[in-house]
Amino acid sequence: MALTGVSLIAFLVVHAGLNACIWANDNGEMFNKAAHFMGSTVVIRIAEVGLFIGIILHIVQGLMLEFENRSKRTIGYQVPLGNRGSKWYSRSMGLLGTLILLFLIMHIYHFWTPSRLGGIGNIHSLQPVEYNGKEYHNLYAEMITVFQSLLIVILYVLGCISLAYHLMHGFRSSFRTLGLHNERYYKIVSATGVAFSIIVPFVFAMMPISIYLGWIQ
Amino acid sequence: MEHYTMNLTLKVWKQKNKDVRGSFETYRVKDISSEMSFLEMFDVLNEQLVHEGKEPIAFDHDCREGICGMCSMYINGRPHGPWHGTTTCQLHMRAFKDGDTIVVEPWRANSFAVIKDLIVDRGAFDRIIQAGGFISVNTGNAQDGNNIPIEKEKADQAFAAAACIGCGACVAACKNSSAMLFVSAKVSHLALLPQGAPEKRTRVLNMIAQMDKEGFGACTNTGACEAVCPKEISLENIARLNKEYLGAAATIDK
Repeated sequence: MALTGVSLIAFLVVHAGLNACIWANDNGEMFNKAAHFMGSTVVIRIAEVGLFIGIILHIVQGLMLEFENRSKRTIGYQVPLGNRGSKWYSRSMGLLGTLILLFLIMHIYHFWTPSRLGGIGNIHSLQPVEYNGKEYHNLYAEMITVFQSLLIVILYVLGCISLAYHLMHGFRSSFRTLGLHNERYYKIVSATGVAFSIIVPFVFAMMPISIYLGWIQ
Repeated sequence: MEHYTMNLTLKVWKQKNKDVRGSFETYRVKDISSEMSFLEMFDVLNEQLVHEGKEPIAFDHDCREGICGMCSMYINGRPHGPWHGTTTCQLHMRAFKDGDTIVVEPWRANSFAVIKDLIVDRGAFDRIIQAGGFISVNTGNAQDGNNIPIEKEKADQAFAAAACIGCGACVAACKNSSAMLFVSAKVSHLALLPQGAPEKRTRVLNMIAQMDKEGFGACTNTGACEAVCPKEISLENIARLNKEYLGAAATIDK
C-alpha cells in the first residue's frame, strides 16, 4: 500500500504541475505542447504503464486489506470508540479510495480515452490544432468543452475533496509503514503531508472551476 | 476532591461460554462511593448478585495496581474507560456522575474469543511472545550491571516500550483488530538494546508470522491504539517494527 501510494503521490506532482500550464492564458498552447511531450516521449509512455500497474495494485491491495481487516471482528461494539482515538478519514481510507476510483473512471473516460484511443471504434478523437506548422491534439479544447457542465465540475471538485482526505492520512501513514520512526523526521513528513494534501487537490479543483467561471482565456 | 455517592445503571455483556452468543443485561447499583475503583464497584455489584442468588459477572483482574495487564473492560466505548493512560482497575468512580448509564463490553476481536462475560482469551499474545519476545541467555553467574554500556536515550526508549503490560486494549480499540502496537512494543524494547541485537532478525520475523497466524488484522496507522493505551506506548514503535521487519526480511540468511 505504502510503496504504490508513494509512487502515486509522485505522479500527482507531475500531473498537477503539467496541468497548471492551462493558466498560462495562451489559449492552451503551452498546455497542449506539454501534453504532446508527455504523450510522445518513450520514457513517459513506459512510466505510464508503471502508473497503471501502480494504480491497479493499489486498488486491489486496498480492497483486499479493507475486507480482510473488516473480517477480524465479527461481533462489533455497542458503543464505538469513534473519533476519540483516530480521525474519521484515517478510518475511511477504503471509502475515500472507492470514491476516488469512481472519479477516476469518469476522469479517464473524459480525457485519457479520447487522447489515447480516439478514432478506434466509435471513440471520438480530439480536434487537431497547429502551432508553428506542427500538428498537436487540442486537449485544451476538450477540457473547455467538458467543464462547461456544472454537474461535471461539481463531481470533479468532490473527487478532489476525497483525494485531499485520502492524502491527509495516506501521506504520513505510508512513511510510517516504510519504517520512519525518527520523531523529528516524522514531524517534517507529517507537516509536508498536510500541506501537500491541501495544496495539490486545491490546484486540481481550481482547474474545472476556473474554466467553468471563464477565468481562463 | 469532595466525596459523593451515586446510583448507576450498568449495561453489561453476559455470555455463558465461548460457543453461545451473549447479550446485554441491565443492573442497578446504589450508593457507590466516588472513591471506589471501577472494579470495586463491580465487586459490590457481584456481592449484591450473590445475595440475590444470581450468578455474578465474570471479569479479569489481578494486581489492581495497573501493572499486570489483566483487567480488560471496554467501558462506554473506550478500552479501560474514559481516563487517559489508566487501566480499568485504576479508574475511579469519580469519573462518573450520579444517574449515569455505563455500558461495559468485553474486548471484541475474533482473535480474543470471549470465555465468559467480560473475560476474553488473550492466549494469542502469549504465543506471540513465545515466538520470539525474549533473549536466549546461558545461565550462570549474573553479569555485572554495567558490563554493557547503553546510551541513556536508548535505555529510556526501551524502557518506555517495555512498559507494555499486554492488556490488549490496542487490539480492542483498533478498527482492524490489529496487534501491531503490542508486537511493536515487544520488538522495540529488545531491538533498542545490545542484548536484543543478536536475535533481532529472527525475532521480528517469527513474532510477525505468529501475529498473522493468530488472525489479527493489519495496521493502517489510524492511531486509535496509542490513544487508548494505558501505558502510553507510542505509535513510533510500530514504525520501528516496520523498519526492523523490512530490514530483517531483506537480509535474513535463510
